[in-house]
Amino acid sequence: MAVQIDIEHVANLARLALNADEKDRLKAQLSLILEHAAKVGEVATSDVEPTASPIPRANVYREDEPEPSLPVDEVLRNAPQRVGDRFGVPRIVETGS
Amino acid sequence: MTDLCDLTASALSAKLAAREISAVELTDSCLARMEAVDDRVGAMLTRTPELARERADELDAYLSTGAPQSGAAGIPTALKDVLTTNGIRTTCGSRILETYVPPYDATAWARLSGAGAVLLGKTNCDEFAMGSSNENSAFGPVRNPWDLERVPGGSSGGSAAAVAAGEAVWALGTDTGGSVRQPASLCGVVGLKPTYGRISRYGLIAFASSLDTVGTFTRSVRDAATLLGTLAGHDPRDATSIDAPVPDFTRVLEDGVRGLRVGVVAEAFGKGVQPSVAASVRAAVDRLAALGAQVGDVTLPHAEYALSAYYLIAPSEASSNLARYDGVRYGFRAEGEHADSVEMMFQTRGQGFGPEVKRRIMLGTYALSAGYYEAYYGQAQKVRTLVIADYRTAFQRFDILVAPTSPTTAFRIGEKADDPMAMYLNDIFTIPANLAGVPALSLPCGLDDAGLPIGVQLTAPVLDEVTLLRAAAALESDLGLDLRPPLLVGV
Repeated sequence: MAVQIDIEHVANLARLALNADEKDRLKAQLSLILEHAAKVGEVATSDVEPTASPIPRANVYREDEPEPSLPVDEVLRNAPQRVGDRFGVPRIVETGS
Repeated sequence: MTDLCDLTASALSAKLAAREISAVELTDSCLARMEAVDDRVGAMLTRTPELARERADELDAYLSTGAPQSGAAGIPTALKDVLTTNGIRTTCGSRILETYVPPYDATAWARLSGAGAVLLGKTNCDEFAMGSSNENSAFGPVRNPWDLERVPGGSSGGSAAAVAAGEAVWALGTDTGGSVRQPASLCGVVGLKPTYGRISRYGLIAFASSLDTVGTFTRSVRDAATLLGTLAGHDPRDATSIDAPVPDFTRVLEDGVRGLRVGVVAEAFGKGVQPSVAASVRAAVDRLAALGAQVGDVTLPHAEYALSAYYLIAPSEASSNLARYDGVRYGFRAEGEHADSVEMMFQTRGQGFGPEVKRRIMLGTYALSAGYYEAYYGQAQKVRTLVIADYRTAFQRFDILVAPTSPTTAFRIGEKADDPMAMYLNDIFTIPANLAGVPALSLPCGLDDAGLPIGVQLTAPVLDEVTLLRAAAALESDLGLDLRPPLLVGV
């Protein structure tokens, strides 16, 4: 059965700007891929535990010891916009009037 | 004619130790080959010839003191461009990281570099390692040295092609669903995906964290064993790295397969498998039997659901991992005035990611979204449990499992580019090992009628790379293939 996907909604969740062509193509392709993927539903799994990682490891702890950090210039070297010692971004919050 | 750059690392290591050749000479041989062929092959995204010569020069000075030499010392190496290199651009084959210069080395490269390997550059790959043909790179496809009209496989296509073409003696790749084994098969080289967690992933830019594994491309099984020995081991910087002893993987390489129990995976010879691939892999099984292995049939009943489970699990994890590309801290940011930061992120991601990456982010976001999580991601994780149980049952009766690596030999560039489902089927035999975390290796076992390489896949239980490599070495030695791509005739 064909899967109907609300492309706008999913793209919004993924923070992905898509043009009309991309939306059409993705709608058709994702529907086909999900049809195949839905085969997992044919397997009886009522008494099966899910596996998140193939080599299970419990919480891995280490001593909480301070270590040297990267210099600020190194950290900011790849920033698209640098403002002093900070990352620069477009407006985040409304300013009050 | 055979140049230094066409030899195995073990042969070259012996020559270096005997002072027959210098590391500079060897590095220059690879760089010359790269110069001669890479405009046609397209394996390299970034070349580092000056750094390489400098490094080789230092090594020659070190080796001339007669100091102890590791098996990696002086060996010209290429790294898939998803492994970070301090001060050297690392792109993941994506526009979104086109100018990214990491401030640190991946542990895998740090260990190899510490053992004296010489870095020649970073190799082309499918964007964020998503693909089976290398056509998804934002910087153009890689071409198969065996036929330049065909794909090298993917996603580590550049690493596979570089080793096949003599541009590097060995290379590192990554394998999330077959991205080392499938291109190794299509390019006629040895591809090893060790146990999940065997090699640290610190500095491996994440695609699907419960599947991603660093792997190797080499010209011989012995080189794979040497390289694994250098890379393996616990790393406190990667919480998923296994804290298990690292054996000498080369120690029993020549012990043969007498008495070894070899299971032939029944499901892997059915519909969709190229007849010459099936025949060649069956012939390889006959060789193992002739060498004294006990051969029988085995089934992995849930393997037919593995592909479906993978295409829910991997995109789900990818959609989460790739949320970090937001145009704030590193990488590409969309040009222009943005109303706010969220709008900037939408535009950055929309312009920075290519079609396959968008497809998988959308797929994963959908599979994880409210109302669908249990039916898709949750159910896929349960199927994963059953795939693991299949292997556990199979390894009670067998030491090694055998199947084709890829259902077909290298296909034409563009042939499957518009059909994602057909493309995903390339990984049908490699994906189960990723879901289960078991080690697997692709070994060249012949050529098809068109003269293209065929790979046989061997699989072993978790952490038993010693037996995996031993079986592969026995088969390799018995087959005695001398694989040299036609591209190199006359080079």
